[in-house]
Formats: sequence, structure tokens, C-alpha cells
Amino acid sequence: MDLNFLPFEQPVAELEAKIDELRHVGDDNEINIAEEIAHLETKSRALTQQIFSALTPWQISQLSRHPQRPYFLDYVRRVFDDFQELHGDRAFADDPAIVGGLARLDGRPVMIIGHQKGRDTKEKIVRNFGMPRPEGYRKALRLMQMAERFRLPIFTFIDTPGAYPGVGAEERGQSEAIARNLQVMAGLRVPIIVTVTGEGGSGGALAIGVGDRLVMLQYSTYSVISPEGCASILWKSAEKAQLAAEAMAITSDRLYELDLVDVVVPEPLGGAHRDVDTMAAMLKKVLIECAAELDPIPLPQLLESRYEALRGYGRFKD
Amino acid sequence: MSWFEKLIPSRIRTEANSKRAVPEGLWHKCPGCGAVLYRAELERNLEVCPKCNYHNRIGARRRLDLFLDDEPREEIGSDLESVDPLRFKDLKKYKDRLSQAQKLTSEKEALVVMRGQVQQVGCVAAAFEFSFMGGSMGSVVGERFVRGVDAALQDDLAMVCFSASGGARMQESLFSLLQMAKTSAALGRLRERGLPFISVMTDPTMGGVSASLAMLGDINIAEPNALIGFAGPRVIEQTVREKLPEGFQRSEFLLEHGALDQICDRRDLRERIADLVAMLTGRPRP
Repeated sequence: MDLNFLPFEQPVAELEAKIDELRHVGDDNEINIAEEIAHLETKSRALTQQIFSALTPWQISQLSRHPQRPYFLDYVRRVFDDFQELHGDRAFADDPAIVGGLARLDGRPVMIIGHQKGRDTKEKIVRNFGMPRPEGYRKALRLMQMAERFRLPIFTFIDTPGAYPGVGAEERGQSEAIARNLQVMAGLRVPIIVTVTGEGGSGGALAIGVGDRLVMLQYSTYSVISPEGCASILWKSAEKAQLAAEAMAITSDRLYELDLVDVVVPEPLGGAHRDVDTMAAMLKKVLIECAAELDPIPLPQLLESRYEALRGYGRFKD
Repeated sequence: MSWFEKLIPSRIRTEANSKRAVPEGLWHKCPGCGAVLYRAELERNLEVCPKCNYHNRIGARRRLDLFLDDEPREEIGSDLESVDPLRFKDLKKYKDRLSQAQKLTSEKEALVVMRGQVQQVGCVAAAFEFSFMGGSMGSVVGERFVRGVDAALQDDLAMVCFSASGGARMQESLFSLLQMAKTSAALGRLRERGLPFISVMTDPTMGGVSASLAMLGDINIAEPNALIGFAGPRVIEQTVREKLPEGFQRSEFLLEHGALDQICDRRDLRERIADLVAMLTGRPRP
């Protein structure tokens, strides 16, 4: 089994392996098999298209956490210029699970903040698998309040399994750190554009996710608890994660239908990791458009509509 | 029957399993110290054990009844009812879980909000009903809370909330997650206006409720020995794979780590809060 492909993509993986093999044969024997390769490539694309046209929520949830999924810094390099990282919460530590700093978007200075997962084992541990501790949220808060002072728009990027459930995190007030961010972000006097790029895991995601626009990449997810967590509580078995993923409406298309998401950015065929440059270019375009929409809105009106949107969340019978 | 019991003449033998003829609920065995307490005495002590100070959980309506003056009282948002926006079904339908919880608690939802007075100081008071689906916060809980805040804003009142919740309600998925942002934003308005918010955390206050409205008090108070935290102790134990320290995530632990202003015995809460609100709003001692 090819680990670069998820279980449901294995037929494509097999084809791709065949294509690779043929390429090697071609190198060795100088036989012209370009035609055969082209044929297989078309077939592989068609197969990918077929598989991706009918993904289940569970498959999308796996895609959102694909080991090769582009992470925050992969987008930073492609979407923004002149990034300068700013570290630390000025109180306890610097949390590498959240990265933030100043950068330029299309020439304009902005503040960017995002969850950061690690690619290899060593980095995964340093980044704590993208699970922030309170100091991460407090760093984010510090940077957002700085952005407010200097009137810079804020772009945040969500990709986390959730806030870290650890002893130290509880000692240092994980709950308070998240709650404070929610309250302050609701009233920050600059535009905030939130993008879910991968896994939107619960309060740990929302803590940098209150803003004026919510953008989701096509195969990202956003939910109150992971499908595994939900399944182990409600179905009493983590194995029912598939059912939980269906039931919870965690995918961008369902959330768009429910009117909880403003923009869904389509991903390249096979997912963002198959063509990061194209994905980043599309995301950049959307972010510039969102900023352009928000720019002319007078501040009191911006704050009022942000509050009204927050106030309006929820479905009930009156 | 053991050999020894067989030796005992039948007229002095007592049935091993027979319960003594005591009316149901006249006595209460304290889960804290094991003392057998007279029910009426426990009630007089607001469900706090007079021997060991163990705070038994109490329902939302009882809570507000103990806290607010008898008059005036006006319930806020009582007509709001949950819908099932995702047609959620796990082992049971969400709709069925709702009606079951309604039957069990005689409440329509997991939060009760009232406008009233505490020792003649006006306030809006909210209390979570933990027996209603673990006091979980869904759309109605969030909306009732925010309507409470709206009422406080409208009449320049303090807001008091007694939390008791396992967190967000999974059956409403992202709608419930967003209640965290909604309630926190509303409390932001209260803060801007300089109206006090007193948050009282009772056993247990966890997850999405703890990580939103409960931790945002101008003054954060907890009842003794309440479990308060973001992640549940079991989840943390599984993650860090070590035994958790004694007293972890209990009120005393939070006070020590700076998350709380005070721990307060339930029997003193009413008076304390009334005076805190009075001091914050420049009034004489009630």
C-alpha cells in the first residue's frame, strides 16, 4: 500500500505505480512508450475524478488530515511576501503549534496567524501535532491586538485537531485563553478573515476563528469534536467515526448549505496536496477578494455586522 | 444461609436483605463523608453536607430559587425550543434524547434564565441544568444566555451565571461550537458597557462552556471541589499517559493556579454576590 495515498485512493496509487515503472523501463531501454504512459495518465486522471466526485464525509475528513496536506507555512510562502515571524506570548513561552507574524499580501502589510503541524516526526513533536497550549492562543491574541493598534487586517488559518489536552495546558488556563480570544476577536477594530485549510477541530480552532469572513478549502472540515471523539462518546466506539462524520455535517459543502461558511475554495483534482501551487494561487485570489470586500465598509458597520452574524448563530423554534 | 445463621433460632433470625421500613428519601448518605443525613437538614443547608461540606449538585430552578429574591422574577426565553437542524442520529435520535431529557427534568432546555433581584439589587441570573443532556450548550442554551445579556444591557443590570455543563452539544455540531463565540461576544458588549458579569462555576464546568462564557467573569467564583477544565480528565490521562495529580482540575487547583477569584460555600453565595455587584456598581451594602 502506498502511504502517499489514502485507502480509498489505492486504485489510483496502483495506476501511478505502473506509470512510474514504465518510465523507468523507458529510461533503460530507450523504447518509446510515451503513448502508453499518456494513456495510463489519462486513465489515472479519470479514475481520480471518478473517486473524488463522490467522496464521503469520512473520506473528506481523512483528506483534511492527509499526511501530505499543505500546512500553514506552505501557504505563507506562496500567498504572502516578506513574512517575518513574531514569537512568544510575553508571559510564559513561545508555542510552535501556532505561528504568527507580519507579512505582505499583494503589497499590503497584514498580520497572519495559523496553526502549524509538523511534517516529519521530529517536527510533529516540536509543533505538538498542531495542538496549541494556552501560550499559543495568548501569542495569537497579542499579535491580533498589535494588528488592531497598527490598523492591519488579520488573516488566520485553521488546521488543528484541537487545543492540547495536557496537564500544563490546564494549569495555565486553556479555557480562559480560548474564551478570551473569542471575546476579544468579536470586537477587534480591524477586518478579520478566517480560512480553514485542513482540520477545524473544535474550540482549539474557533479560538483563532472569529471574524468577518469564513473561508473553507473544499476538503477541509470544521466541527465541534473529531469524528473519532464523537463516535467514542455517542456510539461508545471510535470505530464508528465514519457514522459520526456523516451525522455531524463537518464538510465545506454541508456547512455552506447551512449558511455557516461564506466561501468554499475548490481544490485541485485529488486534493490540495496534489498541486500546492495552484491551491495557494486560488486561495490568494479569494483572500484578496475578501479583503477588498471588507475594506470599504466603515468600522462601526463592520463591527455591527460581525456581531450580528455571531448573534445569529443557532437554529431554534421561537 | 451460612452454618452460623442456621444455628440461630428462627424467631431471632432477621432477613439478610430485608430493607428497614424507612420512607424513601428521608435519609441521605453523603457521597463525600458517608454520613447519614436527615433529608430536611440537608435541604436547610442547600444540599451541602453539614458534616464535610460536600456540595451536592442541584438543578437550575432550585439554584435560581435559592439565589433570587422571591419577587420580582421573570423568566427569559422560556418559549425557545430546540430543533434538530442536522436530523442527528447516533444510537438514538437527537429528537428522542431531547424529549427524554424534557421528561426527566421538566425543563425544555439545559439553561434557565431569569430577570430578578438579589437582596434588592437587580440582576439577570442564568443557571445550567446538568441533568438535561449534561447541561450541554446547543442553540437554545446560547440564545437564552444572550437574551439574558440583552436584558441586562437594556435595563443596566448585572449578569450572574451558574455553570454546570459537560460542554458543547455534539448533536448540533458546528451550531453548538459557534455558541461559544456567540455568548462570548455578547459578554463583550456587557463588558464595554461596564456592567458586571459574575461567573459561578459549579460541578462540573467543562469543555465549550468553560472555554467561553464561564471563564469570562469579571469575577470568577467556584463552589468547593467542583471539576472545572477544558479537556476531561480521562482524555488528558489518555493523551499524557500518566496518572493525574491529586485534586487536578478541582476548584482549589484552579484557585491556586490563578484562574479563580474565590471559592465560595453555596450557603454564602447569595450574600457575597449581592455585595460584589453592589460594590462594582457603586451601591451601599445590601
